[in-house]
Amino acid sequence: MQPMPKTLKILNGVTAVLLLVALCLVFLYAPREAIMGDVQRVFYFHVSAGWVGGLAFLVTAVAGVIYLIRRQSRWDLLAVASVEIGIVFTFINIASGSIWARPAWNTWWTWDPRLVTATIMELLYVAYLMLRQGIDDPDRRARFGSVYGLAAFLSVPITFLSIRFFRTIHPVVIGSNDPSAQGAFDMTPRMLQAFLFSLLTFTFVYVTLVWHRVRLGRLAEQVEQRKMEMLTA
Amino acid sequence: MAERAGAVLRAGSPSALSGYLKAVGAVIWKDLTSELRSRELLGSMLVFALLVILIFNFALELDIRTRQSVTSGVLWVTFAFAGTLGLNRSMAVERERGCLDGLLLAPVDRSALFFGKALGNLLFMLIVAAIILPVYSLLYNANLFLPALAGVIVLGSIGYATVGTLFSAMAVQARTRDILLPILLFPVVLPLLIAAVRATDSILLAIPLAEIRGWFNLLIVYDLLFIAVAIMTFDFVVEE
Repeated sequence: MQPMPKTLKILNGVTAVLLLVALCLVFLYAPREAIMGDVQRVFYFHVSAGWVGGLAFLVTAVAGVIYLIRRQSRWDLLAVASVEIGIVFTFINIASGSIWARPAWNTWWTWDPRLVTATIMELLYVAYLMLRQGIDDPDRRARFGSVYGLAAFLSVPITFLSIRFFRTIHPVVIGSNDPSAQGAFDMTPRMLQAFLFSLLTFTFVYVTLVWHRVRLGRLAEQVEQRKMEMLTA
Repeated sequence: MAERAGAVLRAGSPSALSGYLKAVGAVIWKDLTSELRSRELLGSMLVFALLVILIFNFALELDIRTRQSVTSGVLWVTFAFAGTLGLNRSMAVERERGCLDGLLLAPVDRSALFFGKALGNLLFMLIVAAIILPVYSLLYNANLFLPALAGVIVLGSIGYATVGTLFSAMAVQARTRDILLPILLFPVVLPLLIAAVRATDSILLAIPLAEIRGWFNLLIVYDLLFIAVAIMTFDFVVEE
């Protein structure tokens, strides 16, 4: 078994430190929001988790396309690693949003475009994993995964658009805001700093996790190979 | 039949397009002939569709007031469920006794096979819709014979059959084939169904067409996008 690469070890440390600093920024440095109070602090990690979810699924789609062109199993490993992480972070995104929505909107859930799109996205990639589970041949599994990953990713913006024709109450903190949105707020410089730092931190968390997961996938492949060698010997 | 398609393409070099179209036609013809002889697919799709409407009738208590607001939803859920049934069967038939391998051996472009299967599936969906609509009109005394509604149904079915054919080709090759297709298909066709349901709703409420153009545009964009995706990826799905 190969030892963990040195860069990965360093990345582990950096990510841990970043996460600690981000927590401090969110809870200590960023000011208390005037109307919503401390609940607003969920925003920093809520958006960051959503960002990682979207990024992860984009990586899956791109890695899938590269796999279909190059046919190297590492791209498929990257695709599936990214999906697994994306599912977890999208769930964090939905759950933390729900916790915030209870005091801000007075309900855990509403059929808003963003909420529904995030949930559909989650279901799409659970379906992706189920598709892979049902196929034994690794080459076919990788091909189907790539095709579905691409189709799924392309459908997400259309889903969002189609639900958006209904009115939305979700606040848009970055960019223009719909006057009908509830729970919106303007970011002070300190809030913005904490927010951008959270985004950076979560991106690091994502990269670190993907790396570990791809490495795990490689090791599993090697174990499989050894097993075959033992059986044929 | 696949041999015929191949022979057609080899002979028809002066016009590659007509050869391609003949290959597509051959696949559709094959599906239609086998359906005419077995009458498995359409029969089960139709009975299933009627059962779904029946269940809705009692589940939703389709009295006059509820009917107005849920007709479009009931129709599209019926089409979607019956469509899944047909898609699954149409591809499972190809898997049995290696029919798909025979088709793949034909020296024609793989996308011609895809279009053949997708158009066949589209045709079956439209036939089901063409029978369900008058039955629904009759049962609930509603006028569903509107040209705009036919347009929505055609556009919606095109997208549904495209994505459905692509995914069912994957699903039949998996261990969990029978349960996999709806799980793969529904989250991806959700925007299509939303647009189709909203457009149908607006048409039934006699809202002027200019106001529901957005939904039509969404349907067209969805159809074009996924036809392109299917052409690009179908090769990878059937490759052995």
